[in-house]
Amino acid sequence: MKLFTHNMLTSKMIKNVKVGYPLKLNAAEVKVTPSEFRSTYVSRMLPKIDWGVLYEATQSIGHAEAIPSSISDDYEKNEDFLRKAHHALFEIEVINGEMICPETGRKFPIKDGIPNMLVNEDEVN
Amino acid sequence: MVSHSCANNTFLFWFSNEHSNFRLAEMEALFKYFQLDRAILDRRKAKGPFVLMDFPDESGPRKLMSKTVLAHSCYELWASGVALEDLHENMKLNLHLVAPFVDDSFQFRVDTYGKTLTHKEKLPLIDTFEYMPLDGKVDLKTPELSLHLIQFFGMDPNRVPEYPYQQYFGRWLFDGQRRLVSKINLKDRKFIGNTSMDPLLSLLMANLALVKPNDIVLDPFVGTGSLLVASALMNAYVVGSDIDYLMVHAKTSSSRARQKKRASDESIRANLKQYGVENQYLDVVVADASRPLWKDDFKFDAIITDPPYGIREPTEKIGTSRQSPDYKIKEEHLALHIPSKISYTLQDIFSDLLNYSSKKLNIGGRLVLWIPISRTEYDEDKLPRNPALALVSNCEQTLTSTASRRLLVYEKIKEPTESCTTVLDGSALMYRFKFFEVDPTTHRRARKAKSVQEFGKSSKRGQQQSS
Ligand SMILES: C[S@@+](CC[C@H](N)C(=O)[O-])C[C@H]1O[C@@H](n2cnc3c(N)ncnc32)[C@H](O)[C@@H]1O
Repeated sequence: MKLFTHNMLTSKMIKNVKVGYPLKLNAAEVKVTPSEFRSTYVSRMLPKIDWGVLYEATQSIGHAEAIPSSISDDYEKNEDFLRKAHHALFEIEVINGEMICPETGRKFPIKDGIPNMLVNEDEVN
Repeated sequence: MVSHSCANNTFLFWFSNEHSNFRLAEMEALFKYFQLDRAILDRRKAKGPFVLMDFPDESGPRKLMSKTVLAHSCYELWASGVALEDLHENMKLNLHLVAPFVDDSFQFRVDTYGKTLTHKEKLPLIDTFEYMPLDGKVDLKTPELSLHLIQFFGMDPNRVPEYPYQQYFGRWLFDGQRRLVSKINLKDRKFIGNTSMDPLLSLLMANLALVKPNDIVLDPFVGTGSLLVASALMNAYVVGSDIDYLMVHAKTSSSRARQKKRASDESIRANLKQYGVENQYLDVVVADASRPLWKDDFKFDAIITDPPYGIREPTEKIGTSRQSPDYKIKEEHLALHIPSKISYTLQDIFSDLLNYSSKKLNIGGRLVLWIPISRTEYDEDKLPRNPALALVSNCEQTLTSTASRRLLVYEKIKEPTESCTTVLDGSALMYRFKFFEVDPTTHRRARKAKSVQEFGKSSKRGQQQSS
């Protein structure tokens, strides 16, 4: 699971959960898979990203040095910054680990790179 | 018909036989994608598998052919006629068209539709073009100029006429994307299942969705990911989800005839890698499409999907029919508990999908889906409707005399308000694919009986759980 995906996922499917975001991230195994950098794509993506959540995620899985704590104002022209953002969003992958609902503590396992967001029938409305 | 001024701006598009119902829809989408003049499409002339359109130059046709999976070739039309003499008369008035190519190496070909001609029958036809002012040498392998006489013998294989109904002559320009279709054939694909979508239809769906490079495309019923393959090949980034854990992990039993176990490296991602587009893979997630999953302000450029019909895969969602609101799974059972599922009616599947798409698409973004239809009950007014989504195309693929599926394309035209709910008259939905029932277990039969009970019930589903 890429940190991009983590940045988009919620636990709102659980009953009584209001926001369900961000999910806390714990990783047992992390892998870096190089992928092609496309600056226009990354800069188009950034407005959709919650930078604080991405930063927090890199911290929690041992890639603290990957990105600066705040987003650069001129990121469209800052290739160095965009490359870092690309790396954090699309290259760092959690292979095994879990995500945790901030409101209920419910855990979502990540196995072989695939998060399991299914909840049980007693957890939904 | 002898057209006396066959200007060099008429182009002949030769469509494949299959899926003729989808031709116009694909062309409409491609005209929109490339922002071509829609009037050109409206003025088209069609005869059997041939469509003639006038363009100012070949840039429009080049663009269309760079994406179409339904047209297999495109020609600049030089002459046409019912009788060969008429065609030649027409050609002789247009000899100026040959001028730019006089020194090119060339070949002549005779292509027929509706009748097969032997090589021996073709040669004398080619000889009738002797008068063409061509000085280059003949090259049958890689000619610079490829000239085609195309004869149309009608659509009825039982009444093939002696002479063609229509003949066209022109310069071959481009082929369509049939090669891409064979490149992603299911036989050689790493990970497939019995729900994998036909490669041609997958690519067609991506075309209808106007998928463009760097888009983000979602398939909420991703299965083996065949729809993601098509979008990834168009350089979109792809995301999928499916309720079936074993499917998403490629651990279901193999659907290949002579192979029981799946290879350990089978996956949706491996499929993209196989076609050189692993870069386009974002993620797949195990999740129930009837429940919210993504954060509200994350929008997709397209949602392309083949929802479950309960034929070869379950139509289920997480839930329970136990009424008690404080029903809880016992602590000691939790670790091994597999979520219980309740039947997810077709009506709810489609209502949820439209409600969901009305929120999760960008404005202008498209939802492309298949819906199973009872042909005897069908009426366009019964199709799912949502005020935030305009139905832009609706094509039928017949399966049996009473059952079909329709490929529907919706475009998001505005942000939904609280009152924007999906309306759908379920009486036209096909609940019972009798012909496709392979192995109906009692469980499944019970579920079918339940959906039959609901047959005819019209539903209005709100937005409560569908963001
Ligand atoms: C027609 S198949 C899609 C096939 C897919 N296009 C492919 O290439 O294999 C429908 C899929 O929907 C899944 N499904 C059924 N109910 C679901 C639900 N409530 N949420 C998410 N996926 C579901 C099934 O597991 C199945 O894989």
